[in-house]
Amino acid sequence: MIRENSWVRCGLFAAAALAAVGLAPAPVVAQEFYGTLAKIDEAGEIVIGHRETSIPFSWIESDGEPRGYSVDLCLKIADAVKEMLGKPNLGIRFVPVTPQTRIPLLANGTIDIECGSTTNKLSRQEQVAYLPVTFITGTKLLVKSGSGVETLDDLSGKRIALAQGTTNERVIKAAIEAGGLDVDVLNVKDHAEGFLSLETDRVDAYSTDHILLYGLITRARDPENYEVVGDFLSYDPYAIMVRRDDSAFQLLGTRVLADLFRSGEIRDIYAKWFQPFPTSADVSEPPTELLEAAWQLNALPE
Amino acid sequence: MQYNWNWGVLLQEPYLGWLISGVGWTIAVASAAWVIAFTLGSVVGVARTLPNRWARGVATAYVELLRNVPLLVQLFIWYFVVPELLPDDWGRWVKRDLPLPEYTTAVIGLGFYTASRVAEQVRSGIESISRGQSMAGYASGLTTLQLYRYVLLPVAFRVIVPPLTSEFLTIFKNSSLALTIGVLELTAQSRQITEYTFQGFEAFTAATVMYVVITLTVTAGMSLVERRARIPGFIAKGG
Repeated sequence: MIRENSWVRCGLFAAAALAAVGLAPAPVVAQEFYGTLAKIDEAGEIVIGHRETSIPFSWIESDGEPRGYSVDLCLKIADAVKEMLGKPNLGIRFVPVTPQTRIPLLANGTIDIECGSTTNKLSRQEQVAYLPVTFITGTKLLVKSGSGVETLDDLSGKRIALAQGTTNERVIKAAIEAGGLDVDVLNVKDHAEGFLSLETDRVDAYSTDHILLYGLITRARDPENYEVVGDFLSYDPYAIMVRRDDSAFQLLGTRVLADLFRSGEIRDIYAKWFQPFPTSADVSEPPTELLEAAWQLNALPE
Repeated sequence: MQYNWNWGVLLQEPYLGWLISGVGWTIAVASAAWVIAFTLGSVVGVARTLPNRWARGVATAYVELLRNVPLLVQLFIWYFVVPELLPDDWGRWVKRDLPLPEYTTAVIGLGFYTASRVAEQVRSGIESISRGQSMAGYASGLTTLQLYRYVLLPVAFRVIVPPLTSEFLTIFKNSSLALTIGVLELTAQSRQITEYTFQGFEAFTAATVMYVVITLTVTAGMSLVERRARIPGFIAKGG
């Protein structure tokens, strides 16, 4: 009798467990968190790394608050984290990062997620992991109108500013070397300083991802004096960075993005920041076919 | 912390070469700036103690202006603002044809800033000498120039060797700010290595070690100077 009884109990238990797994939504089940989720749970806040001059992805608005396309996506992820941890009042703290600091600060735990304009590169994946691609761009040149510079070759004997630590810096330096060009390089700290160097005629060109160049133009005092020229010199897929070897947090972020891609909500978020640019009503950049394809490919089913 | 350590990266080319060139630029910026700082600082420091009211006023204004504005801001002003204030041709020359524009600007900015600090030490050195000595100097018929040359400065400069050592060390460390205007010195090169290899902790550890080696060498050199320049019986023998 005793034996039978225990079998029945076992069966009930199994059924209950199955029901729990099958029916209950994942967040409700109490679970052991690890990695980033455990850290956020313990600290009571999620720390978002953002950029200061990457318009319209992640930059400081005149009111001092970080805004942008990438920041919005990260806020969606933060919402999902709140739900997952069952902490609706979880704090959100913003920490500014630069191209040089974004990887060390993520690796050492200062920030939990980086929402800027970071290219997903294999060599970077030795230190960090990426969520699905959220934007696709490439390297172009920003010059003053009427400078006669159309391609990198035209810069022979001239100077170009490059932001240290960007993929563009490497692409341009490699192209200069490959073409045996006589182009002088000025290293600058960030996009704003690169633009200032061009504005004050210290250099003849500044180079970064084309979409960021448009963003810089919209903030210029005299936007009509600048133009973006040249062919795409690189392929730069942007993605949000998270810590490496932390598949639970990575999955959470991937799920949030896949939901946005699948439901089409991504289009509204995109339109809010790119059509037109928040800093200028004259500049509007509809999603490219390539970007549409990237959204489709990453709209994984639940 | 999730991090793949790889110390070997520091010995690979081109990264090793970058570090070495970074050390070279750090020393080049700091040494050249020190020449300006020491020369100009001595002149300004002496001027602050002269009997002439105008000379004192100008020197005081220089010191208060230069030492009260953050060095980073000063470098930006020298680099971005000053060329715009010059007539167009000159500004263009400064921005384009000046040899090594970033290096030169960094040396001037750092040198002028440090000069204000050196000046204060020179002044304190001179003022540490009892007034009786100047009076005795004048009474025995020395001119002001002679008084400074033979009585005040020989003592003052020896008294201020220890604080000057600190300034000399600081100028090496402050030279890292030159990276903000595009000089690829040691800190900038470490950053660059970080970006190429993502081994930031190794790169900055290497930079730290190199700064310590440079500054310890300077300290050793300056304590030699201190020993040689000591006036027996005048300054209490330290440690």
